Parts: sequence; C-alpha cells; structure tokens
Amino acid sequence: MTRVGRRKTPVAAVTLLFLGLSLAACVPGGGGGGDGGGGEGDGGSAFPEDDIEIIVPFAAGGPTDTVTRMIADPMSESLGVQIVVQNIEGAGGTVAAGQAATAAPDGYTVLMHHIGMSTAPTLYPDLPYDPLADFQTVGLVTEVPMTIIARKDFEPTTVDELIAYVQENQDTVTLAHAGVGSASNLCGLLLQDAMGVKVQEVPYDGTGPAMADLVGGQVDFMCDQTTNTTGQISAGEVKAYAVTTPERVESLPDLPTTAEEGLPDLEVTVWHGLYVPTGTPDDVVATLTEALQAALQDEGVIDQMADLGTAPVETDRATPEEHTSLLEEQIGAWEEVITASQGG
Amino acid sequence: MDLLDNLALGFSTALQWQNVLFCLAGVALGTAVGVLPGIGPTAAIAMLLPITFGFDDPTSALIMLAGIYYGAQYGGSTTAILLNLPGESSAAVTAIDGHQMARSGQAGTALAVAAIGSFVAGTVATVVLAVAAPPLARAALSFGAAEYFALVVLGLIASIALASGSTLKALAMIVLGILLGLVGQDLYTGVPRFTFGLRELYGGLNFVSVAVGVFGVAEILRNLHDPRTRRRIVSRVTNIWPSRADLRRITWPVLRATGLGSALGVLPGGGHVLASYASYAVEKRISKHPERFGHGAIEGVAGPESANNAAAQTSFIPLLTLGLPAHPVMALMVGAFIIQGITPGPDVMTDQPELVWGLIASMWVGNVLLVLLNLPLIGLWVRMLRVPYSVLFPTIVVFACIGTYSLGQNPYHVLAVAFFGILGFVLVRCGCEPAPLLLGFVLGPLLEDNLRRALLISHGDPSVFVTRPISAVLLALAVVALVVAVLPSIRRKREVVFAEDE
Repeated sequence: MTRVGRRKTPVAAVTLLFLGLSLAACVPGGGGGGDGGGGEGDGGSAFPEDDIEIIVPFAAGGPTDTVTRMIADPMSESLGVQIVVQNIEGAGGTVAAGQAATAAPDGYTVLMHHIGMSTAPTLYPDLPYDPLADFQTVGLVTEVPMTIIARKDFEPTTVDELIAYVQENQDTVTLAHAGVGSASNLCGLLLQDAMGVKVQEVPYDGTGPAMADLVGGQVDFMCDQTTNTTGQISAGEVKAYAVTTPERVESLPDLPTTAEEGLPDLEVTVWHGLYVPTGTPDDVVATLTEALQAALQDEGVIDQMADLGTAPVETDRATPEEHTSLLEEQIGAWEEVITASQGG
Repeated sequence: MDLLDNLALGFSTALQWQNVLFCLAGVALGTAVGVLPGIGPTAAIAMLLPITFGFDDPTSALIMLAGIYYGAQYGGSTTAILLNLPGESSAAVTAIDGHQMARSGQAGTALAVAAIGSFVAGTVATVVLAVAAPPLARAALSFGAAEYFALVVLGLIASIALASGSTLKALAMIVLGILLGLVGQDLYTGVPRFTFGLRELYGGLNFVSVAVGVFGVAEILRNLHDPRTRRRIVSRVTNIWPSRADLRRITWPVLRATGLGSALGVLPGGGHVLASYASYAVEKRISKHPERFGHGAIEGVAGPESANNAAAQTSFIPLLTLGLPAHPVMALMVGAFIIQGITPGPDVMTDQPELVWGLIASMWVGNVLLVLLNLPLIGLWVRMLRVPYSVLFPTIVVFACIGTYSLGQNPYHVLAVAFFGILGFVLVRCGCEPAPLLLGFVLGPLLEDNLRRALLISHGDPSVFVTRPISAVLLALAVVALVVAVLPSIRRKREVVFAEDE
C-alpha cells in the first residue's frame, strides 16, 4: 500500500468525489429526510420550515402510493416546503404505522393510510399502537370505489347471474385477492357475506399479480379498487359486474352500483386519510388539514383521480372530525366481518 | 408495413432532442445511483421517480425512467464486478465470475464485456418488443401458478451449476437460502414466521441486506483475513479492452443469453429473476471448460449480463401491452403512468402509440448512450481498485449501510448486513458459496407461493402439475437437469478418492 501511495491519492480523491456526487444525486430524490439541507423556506418560525415526510405503508407504484404522490405536489406548493414520500412496506401497513406512531409529534412525519388502519386491530392482535389513541387524524383524502370483476370468459354476465352461479358452484369457483388484509381481501369477504357463500380464496402478493392471473383466466373473480381495474374494464380484458358505491363512477358510467343490482349491504370504499402522531400541536394539524383541503380542490388532482375512477372527498370530509368518526365506525364494522370470517 | 411505421413513429419521438436529453439524463443518473453499493434498479427508480413528476410530457418522463432503470442495472453490475456488491439478484450472478476477473486484473475486460453484452441484448430485445409484443404478452398469460412453480423448480435445480465446488454444499446453501426467504408474514394466512416477535421482520429479510452481507462484507472480511489476495489486485490492473479472442468467446453466450432472457422477461410472474441464473447455468453446462466458471470465466459475465438486460427490456411487454406490471420496477412505472394521467391498461398501446413506440425506440437509444457513457468510464472505475484498502473498505461499508438504510429507513436492514456479513465469511471459510444461497433466497418465496397457489386453484389436486402441458414439460426438464447434475459429481467423487491416494 505504502509503496505506490504517491500515485494513488488523486485517484482516491476522484473516486470519493464521484461517490459523493452519486450520493448527492440520491439524497434529494427521497433518501434522507430529516435535517439534511436546512430550510430554504420562509425563514419564519411557523410550521413548516423543513421538509415534510409522508410515509406510505405500501409499495411505491401501488394505489395508495399513487394517491399520495398526487396530493403531495399541490400540498408541497401550498406549504412552501418539499414533501418527501417514503414507502415503508410490511405487515399490512402496520410496520409503517408503528414507526409513524412513535415519530416526533411535530407534523414533519405524516402517515398516509387507508382502510387498513381500521382493520389492523382485528387482524393483528399484538398491534404495538392504537389507531385511535396514538394518532391524530388530519382528514380524509379520497374514497376509492371498488368493482366486482371476473375473467372475461366467466359465464355469468350480471350480478344476479353471478350470485346464482357462485352459489351453485361454491366448491369450484376461485376468488382472487391481493393478500390478507388487503382491500380486495376485505371486499371479497363482504361479497361472500352478501352472497351467502364461502368460496376458495386465492391470495396474491399485491394487486398486480392478481390482476395478471385474472386477465390470464387463471382465477374466476375478484373485487378490487377502480384504481387497478378501470383500464382493464374499459379495454374489455375483464368482465365487470358492479361498483360498490352508492353512486355510479364517472369513468365507468355503464357499470351499475351494487345497490341497483340488489346488494345494498355491499357498500365498501377504500378510504384514505392522513395521520400525525398524537401530541402534534393543533395549529400544526390545522395547517396540514388546510393544505390537504387545498390539494383536494386542485384541478390536476381532480382530473388524475377521475382517470382512476375516484374523486377527492368533499372539503367538509377532509377534516379531523369526519376522519375520526369514520375511523371509529370502521374499526367496529370490520372487527365484526373479519371475526365472523375467521370463525368459519 | 405496420412495424416500420411504428418504429418510424417511435424513433421520431425518441430522437427529439429533449427526449434524447432526458434519456441521457436518466441513464447517467441511473448509473450514478446504481454504482452505490447495495442500490439496485428498484431502489434507484423509487428514489428518482419524483424527479419526473413535474414533466409536462409523459413520454419524456417514461423515457427518463426507463433510462434510470437500465442505467441503474448497469451501475449495479459495475459494483458487483469491482467490489462484489450486487444490488439486485441478477447482479449477484455477475459478481460470481465478474469479481474473480477483477481480482485477477481483468476488471476492465469484465466491465467492457458486460457493456457490450448488454448492448447486443438490448438491441435484439428492442426488436423483439417492436415485432412481437402483443402475441408474446398473450402467451405469457397462459403461465399460471403451476407453470411458475415448475419453472422455479427447474431454475433451482439448474442453479446447482452456480456452485464451482461441492454439489452437496451448493444444495445446502440453496436450502438455507430458501429458509431465509421464508422469514416474514405468510402471504396466505398472515401468520408471521421466523420473525422472533420482531415486527420489522414481518416484511421478510431484505434482499439487499442479505446480498451486501454475504457477498460484499464477507469479501472484505476475507480480504482482511488473507492479505496476500489484497496485494495481488493492486499490482495487476491491466487489460481494459477485451481481446479479439475474448470477443469470439462471448459471441454465442451473448446471443443465447439474449434469447433466453427475452423469453423469460416476458413472464409477468417473476421470469426476469431467473434470466441471469438460467443463462449462467446454461453456459456452464455447455462450456467445454466448466471448471473455469467461478474462477473468472468471461462467459459467466457476458451471458448473465446479456440475459438480464434482455429480460429487463422484454419485461416491459406485459406493462405496455396489457397494463400488467411484471415486477416492482414495472409497478413503479405504473405509478408513473398514473401520475402522468395515463391509465395503464391494454388501451395505452392504441391510444398513445407515440408514447409506447417512443419508449420502445428510446430503449435502443438508451442502450447506445449507456455504452457511450460507460466505456470511457471503465478506466476510471478500474482505477478505483487501486484505492488503498484502508480507504476503500471503510468507504464501501459506509456506503453499503447508507444504501441499505435508504431502502426502507429500517435500521434492522443495516443490522442484517452485519449479520449476513459474518455469516457469509463463515460460509466462505467452510467452502460454501454465497450465490446458491442468494438464489434460494430469491426463488424460495416464489416456489412456495406458486406451489400453494396452484394447489388452492386446483382445490388441492396435485395432478395439475403434470396435467398442464407447460408445467409437465418444465418438470420433466427439471428431472433431466437433476440427473445430469448429480451424475458427474458421483463420478468426480471417485476421482477424488483416487487423487487422495497419491
């Protein structure tokens, strides 16, 4: 080493420089968060003066991630700071929620979570946090409708036929979903309840592979969010029966609602909301709520969501109060459904 | 001619100056992030995805993301070859012989061969995409859980070839890898397995932690343990360009790997993962000098790198034609589509032809740029090996930890690097190789998921594996591969007995 040290020093410097540059390229992209650059924001003492991190508890590119990134941009504009979207996957979103619960309650760590926030207490008995006690709600974001779909050569063509067919062939049909606790799993449970059947469920690791097998005709039917199904439905790659909201969705105007088709009990949306840890000052929460409401009125966000068959919630639903009451109601409702399904 | 029209449309889009620029930016950024130890394409895209959100033109955004993707892949191969630090599973294969070449002073050749192989594969795969994307995507959908299970079985058995030493030890490593792959929450029941009550392990062990540990950190420990190997690399950094004989040796491996990779990449259920392993296994099997594999065989770099790049490109096929993401990187691309206001689905190809064809053409442009960008850089990379070890080793470890931590901001991933580093060192001392372990780790969950899924769909009837024709053929091939793999090792054992008598 010492022999040729004279010649090596510049090379080492160059290498380190290059590695440094590489690192520099990666940090603003979304690696770090925290106290990296120091605020180039307003300079005042008011919140926010540094980057805000929104934790998404699911994979990048998934529906929750997409919704988050849609609103992150306009929120970042109205808050005047960078918003970093951080994906922390694992255990049905409870790893991320667990981390967010113990983050500093200063508003710089925000959790985006969906319906799974209300099912986790039932699905994970040893949950290290309490969705109601450990979090302060910021507001609802969107309620994504779900669609009941099947492989395109599946025999039944209407909801009535589907119910009759599934009841008759209970032992042979297969119901795909995106993994235990996923929205499609929950909707599938409700659908089975509504039909009065118990069919073979086939779990997939995420909604993409499940859709691939449905398009490929490997499984029979599934219930999934419009964010995933709209493109496939419009192209006729899968057969659609109904949408699980009280009203029809704009992007699929011909698709009847479950209520229209005689399944009024089957009403389910994948609602998304923002959370901060309990103890976050009220004015900080209010600032975040305001930014969220502004983002939900952004034309671009409305358009992007419409393309996916969903819409931002009304401004009066994007509030901590509405969010908390929905969360409370859903925790109870899902406990019933899930416990019943596990009982047999 | 539809094809020519489409390609003309594609190139007229891809060659617009701003798109070339975005492509170049993507390739350069991807390479820069990809060379960070432990950062592979998925992590690179996830990090750099937000850059493209502000773009007005979705085509430019997707061209840049695609550039980042194969840039990162190439960058990842660079660290795999130079430092034995693979950032994703395919680079782990490149590391086997690539790093051996680097250790014997042929780092430049290995890097150049990787670049050339990738370029050829990329060119061919672009043509495949252009000519046959829709029918291929349809064919790929006939692969169900039973077929994937059979494919993974075949892959695992063929991968015994990954080991240059004892078959028994290779098998043991594969099994250990499969067991490690089981850590985490069971997909089917939600029950946590081998998590020791740690919620951080519910999502399973992170590939990067395992790979960086058993390859990179173990390599550093081994170097520290045995100073002789250290001096050897420092003193012999010569040949940068592959010789004419080298080029002749890699011609067929590159072409075979391109075909193999293109075919596997189309499968949306994880075929791309197998591409580089399959290519390595094939090349070793048909080589006249299989004993060179694992000790710096140039075919062992050219094949997997080409297969990987071909698969990377054809894995766009399910996404572009059907809107179905084949793997996490493609799922990120779906996110990018949506952010850009395009609903991914089968209609994209007809509704947005200039986007789809522009993207396809840009892949070729990107491959050209990648070669132009990287061939001159090889000299610089190679010189990195001359950095004194007292500087290089700590730098690698620090960057590996940063890279691993940035994946999920999960300190357990960093602790896992340390754990697997020590485990890797112990294994190497015992004469076990890390590559089969990593393969088991990657394929184990695929094996289990598809086995159970196939049985769920068949309502418990195991005959699906032999009554479905594709699955039956693949399993038959697996049996043949097993026999072929086991026979010579039995023969060799006899030879060893004789050799020890001397």
